Amino acid sequence: MMDKVILAGFGGQGVMFLGKVLAYAGMGSDLDLCWIPSYGPEMRGGTANCSVILSDEEIHSPVIDFADAALVLNKPAYDKFALRIKPGGVLVVNSSLAKLEDARDDIKIIEIPATDIANEIGNTGIANMVCLGALLPNLTLIDLDKIKKAMDKLTSKKPELLEINLTAIHKGIEYING
Amino acid sequence: MEKVLLKGNEIIGEAAIRSGCKLFFGYPITPSTEVVEYLSKHLPPKGGTVLQAEDEIGAINMCYGAACTGSRVMTASSSPGISLKQEGISYSAAAELPMVIVNVNRCGPGLGGLGPAQSDYFQSVKGGGHGDYRLIVLAPSKAQELYDFTMEAFDMADKYRNPVLILSDGFLGQTMEPVVLKDRPEPPKVDRNWVVNGAKGRKKRILASYSLTNEIGEANNQRWEAKYKEIQEKEQRWEEFYTEDAEYLLVSYGTTGRICKSTVLNARKKGIKLGLIRPITLWPYPEKAFIPYKEKVKGMVTIELNTGQMIEDVKLAVECKMPVHLYRRQGGMLPTEHEILDYVEDIFSLTAVEEV
Amino acid sequence: MEKVFARTKGLTDIPFSFCPGCTHGTIMRLVAEVLEELNIIEDTIGISPVGCAGFCQDFFSCDFVGAPHGRAQAVGIGVKRALPDRMVFTYQGDGDIAAIGTQHAIHAAARGEKITSIMVNNAIYGMTGGQMAPTTLEGMKTSTSPYGRNPLVDGLPMDFPKIIANLEGAVYVASVSVDTPKNIQQAKKAIKKAFKVQQAGLGFALVSVLSTCPTNWGMTPVDSLKWLRENMMPVYAMGELKVTEEVKSL
Repeated sequence: MMDKVILAGFGGQGVMFLGKVLAYAGMGSDLDLCWIPSYGPEMRGGTANCSVILSDEEIHSPVIDFADAALVLNKPAYDKFALRIKPGGVLVVNSSLAKLEDARDDIKIIEIPATDIANEIGNTGIANMVCLGALLPNLTLIDLDKIKKAMDKLTSKKPELLEINLTAIHKGIEYING
Repeated sequence: MEKVLLKGNEIIGEAAIRSGCKLFFGYPITPSTEVVEYLSKHLPPKGGTVLQAEDEIGAINMCYGAACTGSRVMTASSSPGISLKQEGISYSAAAELPMVIVNVNRCGPGLGGLGPAQSDYFQSVKGGGHGDYRLIVLAPSKAQELYDFTMEAFDMADKYRNPVLILSDGFLGQTMEPVVLKDRPEPPKVDRNWVVNGAKGRKKRILASYSLTNEIGEANNQRWEAKYKEIQEKEQRWEEFYTEDAEYLLVSYGTTGRICKSTVLNARKKGIKLGLIRPITLWPYPEKAFIPYKEKVKGMVTIELNTGQMIEDVKLAVECKMPVHLYRRQGGMLPTEHEILDYVEDIFSLTAVEEV
Repeated sequence: MEKVFARTKGLTDIPFSFCPGCTHGTIMRLVAEVLEELNIIEDTIGISPVGCAGFCQDFFSCDFVGAPHGRAQAVGIGVKRALPDRMVFTYQGDGDIAAIGTQHAIHAAARGEKITSIMVNNAIYGMTGGQMAPTTLEGMKTSTSPYGRNPLVDGLPMDFPKIIANLEGAVYVASVSVDTPKNIQQAKKAIKKAFKVQQAGLGFALVSVLSTCPTNWGMTPVDSLKWLRENMMPVYAMGELKVTEEVKSL
C-alpha cells in the first residue's frame, strides 16, 4: 500500500511542516517514506509545495505523476495541483482562500474554510493543521494516533504548540464528520 | 540500530562524522548547502574543524593541505563550485591524497538550475581537471546509500590514496528518507609513511606533483596508471534488478536508477522481460556487469538526466554488439516510471508485438 | 680551529639554482636561520608556491607541501587546522600572493590564520621569463608591458603589505629589503618576529622582502641592487607596517 500526497500553499503557510508531520508519522509506523520539498527562491511568500510518499514496501520511484491525495491551502496551489490527482483520489481545499470553479467530478473534493476555523481557534497559522484533520481519514497508512506521536516529537522544543495543533486537527476532523 | 529522518545532504554530514572525518572545508552553494550547515553544527562539538572558506578554490586547497597530514577531510559543493575546485582536485590526485568530495549536481551548464541532473557525469568520470587522473566516483540513489557510500568513500580514499567523489543531485540532497545509522565498517589498514607532519626523527618529506624531469614525470604517470588499473580490477560495483532472464536492459544510476526499478516492475506486470543494471561506481565503470548480457539481450536503454553522457561508456562496455538507446530529461526534470516504459515499448516496438 | 660560520641546518645541502645576483638565496637563508635559531625545523611544514620561489621546497630542510599557483595560504591553512601545534609558513613570490592568490592571502589575514607568510617582491614574473607583475613599477618594461607599464592600461603597482596591514587578523606586517648587510639584518629580525607571532598564536604575519631579478631586469647584480634602492624602495612602504600591542610585548 502507498499514499502519495501533495501539499501546497504560500511559503510561510506551514506546508513543509505539514509534510514533516506526515513523514514523522510514517517513521513512527516503520514505513518507508520520502519527504520531497520544492521551494521558490524566496524564504517567505511565493509558492511552496512538498510531497510525501508513505509506503509499507520499499519506495523505488519517488516521482509523483499523479497523487492519491492533495492538500491545497490557496487558489494558486489549487490551480497548479488539481489536475495532478489520480481519478478517485482526494483533494482537500482551504476554501477560505480558494473558491473553486469547474471543479473536477472524478475526484473527492473536500472544501473546508480552514483559515476561518484557524482564526476562531485564535491562530491563523494553523489552517494547515485544520486541513490535515480533513485529509487524515482519507489516508490508508496513517491514523490520528500516529500523527499525535509525530506532533509530540516535532513540537518537543515548543510544547505549547502541541495542544493548539492537535485542537486544529480535531476541528478539521469534526468539520468533515459534521 | 538507530533510524533517523534527515535530508540527504545532512545524512552525508552525519556519515562523515561517524567515519572519523576531522576537517571540513566548504563554501555554501544550493543545493549542497545543508552539508556545510549540518557539519558546522555537529562536527565542532566532536572535536572536528569546519571552516567556511573564501571560495571553493580556497576550500579544496585547504582539503589538499589537511589531507597532506593524513587527516580525514571532506568538502562538498554543487556543479559550478565543483568546476572551481577542479584545479585542486587534479593536484590532489597527483599528490595522491585521500579526501572525499561531494557534488550535489545542479542542472545545466553555467549557473544552471537547482533541480536534479546528471550533467556532470563527464566531468566526474573523465577527469574534470587537467592531466590524466581518475577519481573514484560513487553514485548513491537513496538516502541510505548516501550514508553507506560516504562511509565507504573515506575508506576507499585511504586505501588507494586517491580522492573519492560522491555524485549526488539536488533531489537526493533535499529529500528526507529514513536512514539506519549503521556502525562504521572496519577501516582499512593503511600506511601513513608519506604524511607531512614535521620531520621529527625522519628525513624530510615533500608532497608535490611538480617535476621538470620528463623521465620522473613518466615514472609518476606509470605509477598512477598502475593504481588506476588495480582500482578498475577490484572496485567495479553495480546492482542488478531482474536481469537474469531480461530481453531488454535499462542502464541508469542515481535518482533515475531508482525510478527505473519502478519501470521494470511495471514492465514485468505487462509481461515485458525488462531488467536494470544500476552502476554504483561510475569510475571505475562497471564494465563487468555487461559481460553476461552483451551477447544475450536484444537492446539497452540508458536513462540519464543529460544529453547522453554515460551512454558512451555503455556502448564501450557492450562493444556496440546491440542497439543502445537513450531516454533523457534535462534542466532539472525527472522522468516518471511510466514515460520510461512508454519509450522502451516504442523504441523496441513492444506494444505492436503484444497487440498482434 | 674555531668555526665561525656554518651552513644553517635549516637548509639542505642542495646548492641553490637561482640566477647570479638573485636575492632568493639570501632570503631563503634568513628564513632557514630563523627556523634553526627558534629550534623549529622539525615542527615546521613549509608551503611552496609556483614560480622561482617554488624551488624552496628542495632547499629548506623541513617538510614541504607544493601548492597550486596562488593557493599557498589555503594549503597552509589546511595543514595548520589539521595540526595546530605545528609551525606553517608559505614562501611566495609577488605574483603568487598578490595576483593569482590574492583572495586566499586577504582572507587568511582577515581570519587571523596562525601562519607566517614570506612574500618575495621582485616586481616581475621571473620563472616565466619577465612578464608584468602586480608589483611592476609604473613605466617599467616587461615582456607583457614592452612600452613600459602604462597606468591607463595596466593600473598602478599594488603595495600588498599595506592592504594586508589594514585587516584586523593581521597582527604583524613588515616590508624589508636585502640590498645591504644592514638591511639583511633587519629583514632577518622581521622574519624571526613573524615566526614568533605564530609560536605565540597571535594571528597572521606577513613579511614582504624586496628582491632583485637581474636576469629579467636586464642588469648586472650590482646595478640591480642600486635600481631596487632607487626605484622600488620609494614606491613601497618600508619597515614595520603593523605591530599590534601583543606583538610588541613578545
